[in-house]
Amino acid sequence: MIKQNVIEATQLTKKFGNFTAVNAITFKVAKGEIFGFLGANGAGKTTAMKMLIGISNPTSGQANVAGFDVYKNAEDIKKNIGYMSQKFALYDDLTVKENITFFGGIYGLKRAVIKEKATVLIDELGLHDVANDLVGSLPLGWKQKLAFSVALLHNPKIIFLDEPTGGVDPITRRQFWELIYKTADNGTTVFVTTHYMDEAEYCDRVSIMVDGKIEALDTPKKLKEQFKVNSMNDVFLKLARG
Amino acid sequence: MSITVSHISKSYGKVTALKDISFDVKKGELFGLIGPDGAGKTTLFRILTTLLFADEGTATVAGYDLVNDYKKIRSHVGYMPGRFSLYQDLTVEENLNFFATIFGTTIEENYDLIKEIYVQIEPFKTRRAGKLSGGMKQKLALSCALIHKPKVLFLDEPTTGVDPVSRKEFWEMLKRLQQKGITILVSTPYMDEAALCDRIALIQDGKILEIDTPEAIVKHYPKKIYDVRSDHMYKLILDLNAFQHKHSVYPFGEFVHYTDTREAFNTAELENYLKEKGHQNIIIKPTKTTIEDTFMELAK
Repeated sequence: MIKQNVIEATQLTKKFGNFTAVNAITFKVAKGEIFGFLGANGAGKTTAMKMLIGISNPTSGQANVAGFDVYKNAEDIKKNIGYMSQKFALYDDLTVKENITFFGGIYGLKRAVIKEKATVLIDELGLHDVANDLVGSLPLGWKQKLAFSVALLHNPKIIFLDEPTGGVDPITRRQFWELIYKTADNGTTVFVTTHYMDEAEYCDRVSIMVDGKIEALDTPKKLKEQFKVNSMNDVFLKLARG
Repeated sequence: MSITVSHISKSYGKVTALKDISFDVKKGELFGLIGPDGAGKTTLFRILTTLLFADEGTATVAGYDLVNDYKKIRSHVGYMPGRFSLYQDLTVEENLNFFATIFGTTIEENYDLIKEIYVQIEPFKTRRAGKLSGGMKQKLALSCALIHKPKVLFLDEPTTGVDPVSRKEFWEMLKRLQQKGITILVSTPYMDEAALCDRIALIQDGKILEIDTPEAIVKHYPKKIYDVRSDHMYKLILDLNAFQHKHSVYPFGEFVHYTDTREAFNTAELENYLKEKGHQNIIIKPTKTTIEDTFMELAK
């Protein structure tokens, strides 16, 4: 079976003045894969991600995301991906229902479709009692699960998750990963950054960025073999500490 | 005792942030408050640093009463809030100078205490704080919290959102500060950092679940935990959850932590069950309990 790639980056580079934030990274991500995108703070992860989701133009190199070119078809990329981060996910001052309606509208879904999806989503997440409450009043874990589902409203080919579980309690963090597994099982590609190294173990493949470059890329198992250590935490420490 | 907390409660309207919290921190101890966002950690920090009144209960910090001696407490504690709270428009050096002056001291007087941390950001001392990277901001905030040589240091989630390498370095820094006799109360959502504290309190929904040394807390775990894995992890989680004798099923890195409801549990039975479900390359083996296992069991 030939695996279809939904992300292909070749020599992708971003410079800010004299500073090279992302230095010629090359990698591919397959359909339905859970791809862990790791690196120390300041390694260039966010900059790379911004280029992939079509909100920052590369300085040089190529990238194709969800079948579209990052230079020419950035708008098409945005329609075909979902995005959530810990910092920006939902509007605290809107209710659960209002957030779903708002984001559904942003993604260009029809009213009837939004209504139907909202019902299913509220049902699945068990949010009946709080459907008309402000999102700001929900516990963080609920918010993150809701944000994840909202980012999937328009059935994107890829979902980008930027530290989705930071600060979330350990049980909810695991429930969140079960959502990720389920999503990938349905064929949606998951591109995720995290600082929890146990979560790196849940990924099909993991890349580790150091100073703008991808210094390692493989399955967690092979990375541990390659660096002769027992955990992804040790792989990370070995690589990032130099 | 460096900190004594006695039956502290606090509500915001209908929301109970802290419910009858009591604990002590010994002089020179590195004490960890371990719990997720929304557990009440920040509220407790704000109460203990005299920025917020408790609804009920009493506490002392560095020997001073929280209400009657609040001014004395303020001059003897250092506080690093979770949100970066230095002046973004002042340079690194101006911020440090500002905090030294507020506390009636100078950078030179206590330079020894911050030297090791400050030298790492000194090359950028003319840069505005707002323009620093996350790691550098953290070092500056810690320097500012230490510049008046506090007896007690409060660190609210200093490592949240910080990568594993910087987190490790930060904890090494804390250990050295502790050796200088400073009592440290630190909060974190990272369970693996709990093991680095002398004692910890596990906190969730405003309540303390347990207080002890990390070693003792792990020992109190009531069950035997098994590492389980197979070729299909998502299916494994679903199938284990459907197993009639399961007590808990939690993904843990490359394995799933499984506990059984029965005292006498035969792994062969579980292996057969998983084989019937179509799993291949099944591994089932006993494993060590972690703080995170304990936390989840208590929070269930």
